[in-house]
Amino acid sequence: MKKILALPAVVLATSVLLAACGNNEAATDKAETPAAQSENQTSTETTDVADQEAAGSDYTTAVDGYRTFAIEQIDEFVKQTEKFTDAVKAGDLETAKSLYAPARMYYERIEPVAEALGDLDPNIDARDGDVEAADWRGFHRIEKALWEDKTTEGMTDFADTLLSDAKLLRAKVETMDIDASLMVTGAVELLNEVSSSKVTGEEERYSHTDLYDFAANVEGAREIYNLLKDDLAAKDKDLNQQIADRFDALEKELAPFKDGDGYVSYEKLKDEDVKKLSQNLDALAEPLSNMGQVLGV
Amino acid sequence: MTEQKKDSLKKPLSRREMLKLTGVAGLGLLLGGGGASGLMALGRKKSPASAVEQASPNDKGLPFYGKHQAGIITPAQDFICFAAFDVTAGSADDLRRLFKNWTAAAAPMAAGEMIGEHNTTLNTPPTDTGEAAGLTPSRTTLTFGVGPSLFDGRFGLQGRKPKGLRDLPAFAGDALDPQWCGGDLCVQVCADDMQVAFHAIRNLARIARGHAVLRWTQEGFQRTGRADPAGGTPRNLLGFKDGTGNPDTTDAVLMDQTVWAQPADGPGWMAGGSYMAVRRVRMRVEVWDRSTLKDQEATFGRHRDSGAPLGSRGEFDPVDLKAKSADGQPVIPATSHLRLAKGDGSQQILRRSYSYSSGLDAKTGQLDAGLLFISYQRDLEKQFIPIQKRLAKNDKLNEYTVHTGSAVFACFPGIMNGGYIGDTLI
Repeated sequence: MKKILALPAVVLATSVLLAACGNNEAATDKAETPAAQSENQTSTETTDVADQEAAGSDYTTAVDGYRTFAIEQIDEFVKQTEKFTDAVKAGDLETAKSLYAPARMYYERIEPVAEALGDLDPNIDARDGDVEAADWRGFHRIEKALWEDKTTEGMTDFADTLLSDAKLLRAKVETMDIDASLMVTGAVELLNEVSSSKVTGEEERYSHTDLYDFAANVEGAREIYNLLKDDLAAKDKDLNQQIADRFDALEKELAPFKDGDGYVSYEKLKDEDVKKLSQNLDALAEPLSNMGQVLGV
Repeated sequence: MTEQKKDSLKKPLSRREMLKLTGVAGLGLLLGGGGASGLMALGRKKSPASAVEQASPNDKGLPFYGKHQAGIITPAQDFICFAAFDVTAGSADDLRRLFKNWTAAAAPMAAGEMIGEHNTTLNTPPTDTGEAAGLTPSRTTLTFGVGPSLFDGRFGLQGRKPKGLRDLPAFAGDALDPQWCGGDLCVQVCADDMQVAFHAIRNLARIARGHAVLRWTQEGFQRTGRADPAGGTPRNLLGFKDGTGNPDTTDAVLMDQTVWAQPADGPGWMAGGSYMAVRRVRMRVEVWDRSTLKDQEATFGRHRDSGAPLGSRGEFDPVDLKAKSADGQPVIPATSHLRLAKGDGSQQILRRSYSYSSGLDAKTGQLDAGLLFISYQRDLEKQFIPIQKRLAKNDKLNEYTVHTGSAVFACFPGIMNGGYIGDTLI
């Protein structure tokens, strides 16, 4: 299940209410704090300008692009989930196992959207212990049966519920408010997800298919970045270049772990591989978290 | 902060739970509740009225800029946070940029100020992580150095490598673990407050992302100034005073002789800098605690209580290595730490060590505790290495210690106002 630490989320959620107050405080702060510029901060010199322009900035094209992307992904997600749940219900253990991780990738790419839709996320993607045992259902419930119990027995109901949850997600996404701010925070959230559970192998604890989720999360973040990069480049060329370079670096680190259409088992990673992936991820997520500041969203 | 919010900081929340909380927190913010005023106060200087009684009179912090880097002959603060980094940046330009960015963060941190301008903009991550907001400078010093591995081909620095800067030779009994060895760069942060020290390392690591990654870290402590207002020589975790024989840091001539690299020593960029040796020394405290006091004192060559050399009364009494007891044996045993460390007195180093405690050794259930040994010297080969060779070979203390980490760094000369860390090198 997707988790968010409470404080940043609360601060974000209340930022609108406090916008006026925040601006005043920022002015006070600047008067008292000597300008110190780390690389991340040099990229934000233009922020005051960006703040002023924010009202005038128009991200309609990017937002529309993202909605299209999200719907495409969810359409495919429903299709692939249906194949997966069919195999589960047919008792075809090996086929079910082979369809599990690829189907999930469509979901993982648009996680911020799914997260924003309340209970659907835990229903689809909760891990053991994330919810009360009696409420546990979705992909990871079936994952446990397939890999640990090595059976599809007793999974028919879970398969049916999973598919209906997936279809509900498809229906709800049409009505959802997507704005540039959701995209920007979503891109960082995707990487935070990787950082906190995928790179550590905690997400797919029975199937060890964590690298599928890893790759999909990064692809989802890259899609958001791609949609916003022209706007970003116009406001801060260096930051834009840095983010692009670090996406490349991370993808390069991930490439050796590709295996056909998928990825190798998490168990094949050595400690040093995990460390390197994690460090490349942090190196990307840090400048990415400044994208919103520059864009003024 | 309300109990509810305190709890909410500890555990991750699902988005649904978060949305429920948002209403509550939003109300608090509008009413100017604790959480909000706390956030708004970030970056403001402490008002005199709120300063704690014990706050140091040196409230503006120690100077960051100057002829020598702070943190070398500066009287040791209560805590250390030490970090070694590996550079991942590919070019000299990137490395220079990292040093500039670190300078821009280090100078305000030494002054107890926040990094950067964006600390109250609500919809972006703050430029300072905030845990030191409102705290005094706490005599923070940040000391930067470069390891031998930085002078490989990556940055075109091969020709600028100091002759004596190379990994230490293998000493007898070393049990080095790569996870506590080496590093392209090091940062020694010392402060009278652990939170302030940690804040510095955390922010430097954050700023380094994409250019350098942490290789190893070690935190350390001494007795605090509050626990020892008289400021006596600190004791190590074996219970003995450690550092009695240190040279007088107020003697500028002596410091030039023992600590500061001189222009004629070469290379020019190191003039005014100092070479640092770091050893992570685990103490077998369980074994030590089963040794008799007599054995313990014979091991160090000092009385535990007073710190005086064996056979003397006062801590700073002259060390008489010739003294013999009634049975003709040296009063200060030949294999004692004191005698071997002192040698013939021709090599001196400035020790700046801290104790560490890093939880349990999971394998044995014993404490992983000991000494983060740090020394500064003008020349590693002439000073540190011969001393450590003697100790490694014969020191009775070796029964109770094991060296698990090792690194050397060339710590830059001081940074002049307007300059940046390492600007004499790159």
